[in-house]
Amino acid sequence: MELYSMTGSQLAGLLAGRKASPQDIVSSLSRRAAAKEEQVRAYVRFEGGLESIPPEGGVEGKSPLSGLPVSIKDNICTRSFNTECCSRILSGYKPPYDATVVSRLKKAGASIISVKTNMDEFAFGSSTENSCFGPSRNPWDRRCVPGGSSGGSAAAVAADEAVFALGSDTGGSIRQPASFCGVVGLKPTYGRVSRYGLVAFASSLDQIGPITKDVRDSAMLLNVIAGYDPKDSTSVNEPVPDYTACLGRPVKGMRIGVPKEYMVEGIDPQVRESLLRALEEFRRLGAVCEEVSLPHTEFAVPVYYIIATAEASSNLARFDGVRYGFRAADAGGLHDMFSRTRGEGFGKEAKRRIILGTFALSHGYYDAYYLRALKVRTLIKEDFDKVFSGFDCIVTPTSPTPAFELGEKSGDPLKMYLSDICTISVNLAGIPAISLPCGFTGKGLPVGMQIMAGHFKEETIFKLAYAYEQAVSARERRRPEL
Amino acid sequence: MSDINDKVIEYTAKLARVKLESAELGELSPQIKGILDFIGKLEETDTGDIEPTSHILPVNNVFRADEPAQSLPVEDALSGAPRRRGRCFSVPKVIE
Repeated sequence: MELYSMTGSQLAGLLAGRKASPQDIVSSLSRRAAAKEEQVRAYVRFEGGLESIPPEGGVEGKSPLSGLPVSIKDNICTRSFNTECCSRILSGYKPPYDATVVSRLKKAGASIISVKTNMDEFAFGSSTENSCFGPSRNPWDRRCVPGGSSGGSAAAVAADEAVFALGSDTGGSIRQPASFCGVVGLKPTYGRVSRYGLVAFASSLDQIGPITKDVRDSAMLLNVIAGYDPKDSTSVNEPVPDYTACLGRPVKGMRIGVPKEYMVEGIDPQVRESLLRALEEFRRLGAVCEEVSLPHTEFAVPVYYIIATAEASSNLARFDGVRYGFRAADAGGLHDMFSRTRGEGFGKEAKRRIILGTFALSHGYYDAYYLRALKVRTLIKEDFDKVFSGFDCIVTPTSPTPAFELGEKSGDPLKMYLSDICTISVNLAGIPAISLPCGFTGKGLPVGMQIMAGHFKEETIFKLAYAYEQAVSARERRRPEL
Repeated sequence: MSDINDKVIEYTAKLARVKLESAELGELSPQIKGILDFIGKLEETDTGDIEPTSHILPVNNVFRADEPAQSLPVEDALSGAPRRRGRCFSVPKVIE
């Protein structure tokens, strides 16, 4: 078995037994990427190989991640290495500081891969088709998208070009690509992981999280990146447990709610079947599955596209050509420079969202759109509170469909927005959720299931996800050789 | 919410400091109108006395001790500037 095809925990075992060195692992990944990148395009500005960023400062203590490489999404700051959010407006940008997640990884002795993973521009999208570098491909079927916006991270892990990857999730951007690519993606509780150094999209929704080959690796990576950070005033000072300690504990008697609103029209019959089989498996493991209701689910997409675009329009005001990135040439005065820089620097979807968000916040429309959306957000959150008062977890499909083909939705923004229907409520409620593989379509595309739990209940999610993964060994079906 | 026309979208783009070519406006405008029509679905909800949620966790103002600490060196802060002069960012003239 090649090093590149192993999980992080397997590689940690080899390192501990001195059967491989950290350099061996990076070299193996690099050879793999050199052979497969042309087909997958998971990384941006890839020039024939992968290297790790030399660590600065001291490594603190001995972490299970020590010596293991982590790939980073292009919207997470890496000091002195390109961080461009796959946007022309940030072309060539090398941040003068590391995101907190990156410095935590460095302190744990992990090595950071110096080229970044592809994404939709500023994380605006569900397919990576909005990247200024062009789309990534789904390693299971290269006619299909890998999902998005963290599609590069998911494709890299699925194609064995990365061991671990970080993504960010504002409305499903970790979970949906994980589902499309047959890997494991976790969006932690809002406030669990510091957002310092994550280029902000929608500040009340964004979270950074792991994309990995299995559930244990997800827990290992969360162990290192979670925790309070004085540099992010929305990070929460809650103790960080050892998330690997709950793996393998029994799930007998756990109460699982299955919301009827997620199993309705529009859902692909093969996705539905996979989920029903997974529920059967949970029952065999001794869990109790019952139908529940999240009655405001149908409003989640409209609420999200007001709140997320409103926050984005204000966050993206900082890209004006003054302090970093692209500046339009030959501008007349200052305002002309701002407008031209933004007009030429942002892609179509970014402009669409900035204008939508500015509109929702503008005089005369604020109450009808933004304020109303914040109120309906309360109703959506209360739906979850009610269910979690009687259930440990909620299980749903991650996406109503398996991976779609490139170009299938890119001409119709609303159709693309609706593909986020199963993941968006989680961000509005701030709760954690994981996506893990739960089957395949007839054409061999992976199907993902989503497990949600209450605030700071990541351990409950890991316990159930791990029990399922062990029971069915969902990775049994191998990806067709690239 | 039906009073949204090209003029409103054009004006909003101006507010957002995004210069749009007329072909772009022609493409974006109907798309944005379509999305807003879809969002209009929210009018079905009864939100009379519901409290708005702008932040999901019960976190209010976060204070820290007002003590001087190391900040980003000027050279680092200027390292990405498209144009600089000395220790400053340089921009086109604001006042004629």
